[in-house]
Amino acid sequence: MISQSWLSKGILIGLLAIASGAMGGITCAAEGSTPGSAPEPSAPSAAKAFAPPAEAAMPTNEFGKSIKLGEQIFTHTQEFAGKYVGNSLNCASCHLDAGRKPDSSPLWAAYLVYPAYRSKNGHVNSFAERLQGCFRYSMNGKAPPLGDPVLVALETYAFWLAQGAPVGEKLPGQGYPKLPAPALKADYTRGSQVYAQHCALCHAAHGQGQSSGGKAVFPPLWGAHSFNWGAGMGEIQNAAGFIKANMPLGLGNTLTDQQAWDVAMFMDSQERPQDPRFTGSVEATRAKYHDSPNSMYGERINGRVLGAP
Amino acid sequence: MSGAVGKVSSRSAFAMCVVTIAVGMAATARADDMMAGKTIATQGTAKGVAACISCHGGKGEGNAAAGFPRLAGVNASYLSGQLSAFANGERQSTIMQPFAKLLSSNGRSAVALYFSALPPPAGIKTNDRTAIKPSDIGAWIATRGRWDQGLPACAQCHGPGGIGVGVTFPPLAGQPAAYIESQLHGWKKGARPPGPMALMPVIVSKLSDTDISAIAAYYAGNAGPSDNAAPTGSKQ
Repeated sequence: MISQSWLSKGILIGLLAIASGAMGGITCAAEGSTPGSAPEPSAPSAAKAFAPPAEAAMPTNEFGKSIKLGEQIFTHTQEFAGKYVGNSLNCASCHLDAGRKPDSSPLWAAYLVYPAYRSKNGHVNSFAERLQGCFRYSMNGKAPPLGDPVLVALETYAFWLAQGAPVGEKLPGQGYPKLPAPALKADYTRGSQVYAQHCALCHAAHGQGQSSGGKAVFPPLWGAHSFNWGAGMGEIQNAAGFIKANMPLGLGNTLTDQQAWDVAMFMDSQERPQDPRFTGSVEATRAKYHDSPNSMYGERINGRVLGAP
Repeated sequence: MSGAVGKVSSRSAFAMCVVTIAVGMAATARADDMMAGKTIATQGTAKGVAACISCHGGKGEGNAAAGFPRLAGVNASYLSGQLSAFANGERQSTIMQPFAKLLSSNGRSAVALYFSALPPPAGIKTNDRTAIKPSDIGAWIATRGRWDQGLPACAQCHGPGGIGVGVTFPPLAGQPAAYIESQLHGWKKGARPPGPMALMPVIVSKLSDTDISAIAAYYAGNAGPSDNAAPTGSKQ
């Protein structure tokens, strides 16, 4: 658990690091790529952009089977790792193209920056421990125990995707893009308008997503079936970077930075499952884990305190 | 006290009646529309609209050889929207435009309702194949897209197996290959309106003719012998 000592020192950098943690964290150890100028989604343009191995190059031996399983878990998380999943999301909901896409917190880039010290939990995290955090927060489920075949397969898949990449380096496309601060403070009402115009077609009027044939197609963005308050996507700057680069699906980088900030703030100002680190008090939980302008946890929106049981 | 209770219960009884009548009226209206739709679909109209089933099949299953689309089980709002687009010329079709123009707005809604209520053709799968190789272009684009070009997978919007999602994203599963191909080319040529958020023109700009044929073949062949399931498109 986090020692509060650093908090009491009031180190702003620490708070910002927390804010940028979590799901993105796979974004966490490093911030996004190029502030201000998010590359095109189709950006093999960046000369030194890393390209993970082609799908066809995946080995077919025993090792390859674990890679393949990791890929399947990543794209069909409920089907292949259901006992650790508590919502309708897949890993690939936020890490597009099966964890390959730059600026969508790609697995190959995350793999290179672990082990890493994380202020989120105050110690050096292995890559596997980082994956546990994804299940606990972003998947609103249970952390698979270390050594569990689910974690082994995911780590194997990430290792394979990172073949040939420089260990320890933050590559272009790592994490989500870090947008410059918005010209106007992110605003709920403007965000709701952006949402209605650009997001609701797929994610539905109340953020509940849409399913078909019993499977989630458009992921729920808030509510009982979405990520919980401990997830990195619940922090406005992560969501804004992801949205700017990747949303609407197929139309990445068409929203302005301001629209991305506004709609991220709107999405992250809704009810969602409780932070599993909940201390019993919203105020205390905010102070300990969400004391950042990028978290709306514990704030009052439309007459309700977000995160209140 | 008892008076108050009596008042409340009589009020709620009244409310129940209103609800029951309203539901009953809605059900009756729906049944009327359904009958009107069935008549148009199976017999055409006196004004000269041909029976839909003469091209789209007796069960709305479409006609693979001619490339006439499946209508059975397709969302009613989607279908009536397309009929309106034919009627006002936004969606081009020398076959459909005259018929759509001859139908009243109510007629278009009724016939759309009729076909939406028919079961989708037997054998439509709700799942994509699991063992897909990148060399299988159609299956790969359908399930994984081509993200180095920013191209999402078809299934990311049209659902598992392409069974369709909600009002906006129609089923691809069980549509004739020739129909899927002609529609994708239609967006390239401007013969189909851009549609919601102009998503499809961006998609087709990233597809080659080879891609289009492969995707069409994937979805047309998706209707196998088992796993019949209705496209639900329910909100979660």
